[in-house]
Amino acid sequence: MIAQKRNTKVTIAEIFVILAALLFLAPFYFVIVNSLKPFGEILKNAASLPQVFAWSNYSKAIEKINFVKVLCNSLIITTISVFLLVIFGSMTSWWIVRHKSKLTTILFFAFVAAMITPFQSIMIPLMRVVTQLHFVNTHIGLIIVYMGYSTPFTVFLYHGFIKSVPLQLEEAALIDGCNTLQIFFHIVIPLIKSMTVTVLILQALLIWNDFLLPLLILSKKDLHTIPLAVFSFFGQYTNRWDYALATLVLGMLPIVIFFLLLQKYVVAGVRSGSVKG
Amino acid sequence: MTLVKKTGLTLLFIGPASIFFILIIAYPFFSGIYYSFTEWNGVNAKPIWVGMRNFIEIFKEDSQFFASFWFTVRFTVTTLILTNVLAFAFALILIQPIKSRGPLRTVFFLPNVIGGVLLGFIWRFILVNGFGTIGELTNLQVFMLPWLGSPETGFWGIVIVYTWRSVGYLMIIYIAHLLNIDTHLLEAAKIDGASSFGMFSKIILPLSMSAITVCLFLVLSWTFKSFDIVLSLTAGGPFRSTETVALNIYYEAFSYSNFGIGSAKSLIYFILVGGVTMLQVRFTKSREVEV
Repeated sequence: MIAQKRNTKVTIAEIFVILAALLFLAPFYFVIVNSLKPFGEILKNAASLPQVFAWSNYSKAIEKINFVKVLCNSLIITTISVFLLVIFGSMTSWWIVRHKSKLTTILFFAFVAAMITPFQSIMIPLMRVVTQLHFVNTHIGLIIVYMGYSTPFTVFLYHGFIKSVPLQLEEAALIDGCNTLQIFFHIVIPLIKSMTVTVLILQALLIWNDFLLPLLILSKKDLHTIPLAVFSFFGQYTNRWDYALATLVLGMLPIVIFFLLLQKYVVAGVRSGSVKG
Repeated sequence: MTLVKKTGLTLLFIGPASIFFILIIAYPFFSGIYYSFTEWNGVNAKPIWVGMRNFIEIFKEDSQFFASFWFTVRFTVTTLILTNVLAFAFALILIQPIKSRGPLRTVFFLPNVIGGVLLGFIWRFILVNGFGTIGELTNLQVFMLPWLGSPETGFWGIVIVYTWRSVGYLMIIYIAHLLNIDTHLLEAAKIDGASSFGMFSKIILPLSMSAITVCLFLVLSWTFKSFDIVLSLTAGGPFRSTETVALNIYYEAFSYSNFGIGSAKSLIYFILVGGVTMLQVRFTKSREVEV
């Protein structure tokens, strides 16, 4: 460990990071404080605490972006997508690791190559596919696109993990008469639980916060997700900061709560998600 | 296992993911290469083969595309350095016996979980209204600049937001890495009379090259593809001076309906991103030290 004993140097460093942390929090202060002020007060002094609390900003924001509806949309899309990603991703990865062949090697290579492909390189033709398959303005269509788009990273994460899972348990189960499906669902799935948590968290964050795909696929307002609803709100009410800031606070609230509750897992997920395969 | 059963199982296990992958990534990617050589102005209209014309047009006439590239490169390099230096410094400090280190790690990581569109709007408010107020209160020149109103302030605005968002993520990776470094090496160096700076530059830094590779790679892939934060913060303005490549391609295709030229641009973009990524990984890997 590089940790040192407590001394003056450490104290000075501590003061430095605390100041930096305050700086990091300052944007939240500005947004929250001003989201509770009437419009005129925001323009007069953006740094002060609110003199009167304009709670009506929030009721207006909830109504204007149809908050309950878009929150549900985001929840539905994210939950179904990550659930399916975990199932198909883990099945594919396990098969690739345990059944080495030309086919699975090529498949894995294709997944890795796809990870460095920027979305813009497939965006334009993808929209043609999406239109022809009538995915436009459907949640199912968007979820299917996530299945394709997020599979490479999911497989990459599981692949690295499954490689380190010992074969003995699976072999023992085979001798005991388990078939392939039983081995996968009863033996393998429990063994890779910790990576499943990582995949769930990382993909949930990515899909929850994704903006471009919903923008391209969902134009109908009542299908919008949170980032999309916030974006179209800003397009309509440029510089109405009183409602806009309340909208931003509402928009961040769910994911911030999610993070604070599951912080331990999020941090662990980031750590294991960044290990090179 | 019979051959039929084996084939059935293979299809069951790798089938669904492969079909989605081919449909959503592989097929669009390869048809995109074809579209780069066509003129195509609508999702339903038929593309017309035009050979190299799109590429010639981009290289000859589209100075904005190269301006976008140059902007993306400058912004990527600046952010790469800033985020990694800050994240490494925070990590070095937050592994010390500091009482508040738990909450501090949370604070630094927090911006990372919020979506890019929201971050962009938050900072549009801070830079335009918040900075104005701070300027009036403190009389500091920096805060009174026309934030987001000039190419320079637009550039730095985007750098600030990306740094704010990315530092916590990198810090987590650096902390995990630093906690794994063998103490014996450092103790030995201390006994030999090495200074703090000497230990940092001769031992800690070389041993951290693997973590640095990961972090450089991550920031590179975020900033080079940056779209949503830029769209909500500056929308590429003023006068398209903060337009990233991703934004440029998006506008080309979905605002001007030039799908052929858009596809050609994304092919150029893909080749550059792929090339830089491979170079970068190879370069940093060659400097890794194994103990």
